Amino acid sequence: MPSLAGLFFWMNRKIENINKITITKPLKLDCGKTIKNFPLAYETYGKLNENKDNAILVFHALTGDQFVTGTNPVTNKEGWWVTAVGPGKAIDTDKYFVICANVIGGCMGSLGPKDTNPENNQPYGLDFPVITIKDMVKAQESLLEHLGIKKLLCATGGSMGGMQLLQFCATFPDKAFSAIPIACSSSHSAQNIALNELARQAIMADPVWDNGKYVSKNVQPKNGLAVARMVGHISYLSEKGMQEKFGRKLQEKADYEFSFNADFQVESYLRHQGYAFVERFDANSILYITRAMDYFDLSKQYKGGLVEAFKNQNTKFLVISFSSDWLYTTKENKDIVIALNASGADVSYSEIVTDKGHDSFLLNEPEFLKTLKGFIDSMYEKFKNEKRI
Amino acid sequence: MKSLKMKKEFKVIAELLPNNTRVLDVGCGDGSLMNFLKEEKNIEVRGLELNQENVQQCIHKGLPVIQGNAETELHQFPDQSFDYVVLSQTLQAFYNPEEVLKNLLRIGKAVVVSIPNFGYWKVRMKLLFFGEMPVTKTLPNTWYNTPNLHMCTIKDLFKFCYEKNINIKQVVGVNEDKTSLIKKNNLEIKNLFSKLGIFLIG
Repeated sequence: MPSLAGLFFWMNRKIENINKITITKPLKLDCGKTIKNFPLAYETYGKLNENKDNAILVFHALTGDQFVTGTNPVTNKEGWWVTAVGPGKAIDTDKYFVICANVIGGCMGSLGPKDTNPENNQPYGLDFPVITIKDMVKAQESLLEHLGIKKLLCATGGSMGGMQLLQFCATFPDKAFSAIPIACSSSHSAQNIALNELARQAIMADPVWDNGKYVSKNVQPKNGLAVARMVGHISYLSEKGMQEKFGRKLQEKADYEFSFNADFQVESYLRHQGYAFVERFDANSILYITRAMDYFDLSKQYKGGLVEAFKNQNTKFLVISFSSDWLYTTKENKDIVIALNASGADVSYSEIVTDKGHDSFLLNEPEFLKTLKGFIDSMYEKFKNEKRI
Repeated sequence: MKSLKMKKEFKVIAELLPNNTRVLDVGCGDGSLMNFLKEEKNIEVRGLELNQENVQQCIHKGLPVIQGNAETELHQFPDQSFDYVVLSQTLQAFYNPEEVLKNLLRIGKAVVVSIPNFGYWKVRMKLLFFGEMPVTKTLPNTWYNTPNLHMCTIKDLFKFCYEKNINIKQVVGVNEDKTSLIKKNNLEIKNLFSKLGIFLIG
């Protein structure tokens, strides 16, 4: 196994070869600071047609990246939404042009805390400005400009991706013909802030973290980061789903070891997920991105609340929630629907019944994928007709 | 008009609704009425539907639909946000039809409600001569598995509207392919010979 420093070097080298644009236009962040000449990494799938009416923008979630489907060239693993996106899939790349960008604050090529601060030639670490969901979305809008796409056929995303999408629709009301926010919320709940705080505290309690300065030493607070990931993984499943998947099954042993090794399968699963994660993600990025999620409160940005945020929407919405999702509950998703309804927007809503929890949007959930496909295909027909007229 | 296959009831409802209006179809099923209203009358439609499969079908047709229960989730629609609200043959299945009707009248400037008529002569005969709960084409379930909790007759709904000061604009009786206007003076006879009653109120 390569050393962690070596692995970082190897990953950074690979990251240099991925698609990127440099955004020269200064971006004034919500925190007051301004960034300019910064990289935004992205990936596209399928072909943009002549009329430029088949573009779909996907927003990724907390630990996602721009590699939606196929093989992620950096990790050599499958893209994170391979169940939904690809040739012949619900979001069919034979038909549609799919775009996804790495969020700023992330660690897959877009400007993030592990990059070098031009002011002192040191890695940013905690000198990186605190970013918000709105900042992320504004950066991605510049990418659309670069690609020459005036109006998207559809924009979609689950979890934090859904939050970015809601922000995108509120900030740029004419940029998407249709939108599918999945398993998300218009403002982060106390429970979700608490879980994010747990993840951050785990990272910050790791002595290797060293106030975020670990980057210059080419190390990673992997114990803390792994625990942060474990917290996440618990919240992505449901009580029932977890019980069915693991129960009290033991990990390759006949009886308890009377030790603190991973006796139970569920422990082994969490440890595996935690330590696999440290190889591909930067700890400071987790701090920054979870902060952005916690600060997200769309209603706070508009006097008159959420209804006002969605005023004058011509975008056609489909909101999807999962019955066993306790992280972004059906109720939170319905609140979005209620606000859209109250603002007179064109909105559909479906609750998919499943035991698989928040993770459902990444899994092979046939009812979910059928709904997704049906909506996008029907929107494409409408969009084409509208453009013709 | 295109020959969209539709049951008589929906044709009557469609005729009651003017072109270019905004309509909420509560319990919209697979969206066949919504589709007709949208295509033929340029009506801006929205649906509310409980069944997952039906919701999916509406979405595939590009019809905006919200999955939800009309009994508990009508509060999400603002006051007077639609020109018309349609409720087809489900009023009798609610726990609290009075509350639902109140909500529909709050959401829509007018409401179209259709009911299977328990006053239809065959229904009355079944109970009178056989002493059994009626099972007919419009009421296909038996007493132990029927979703219908509050059966009523056309006359009952008339009385209800008077008592609650709800303005009745028009009532149409439907028997197979025949339709007729129901007024105070022909109520008794129409209540006997109509399988369905379609009320435009509000």
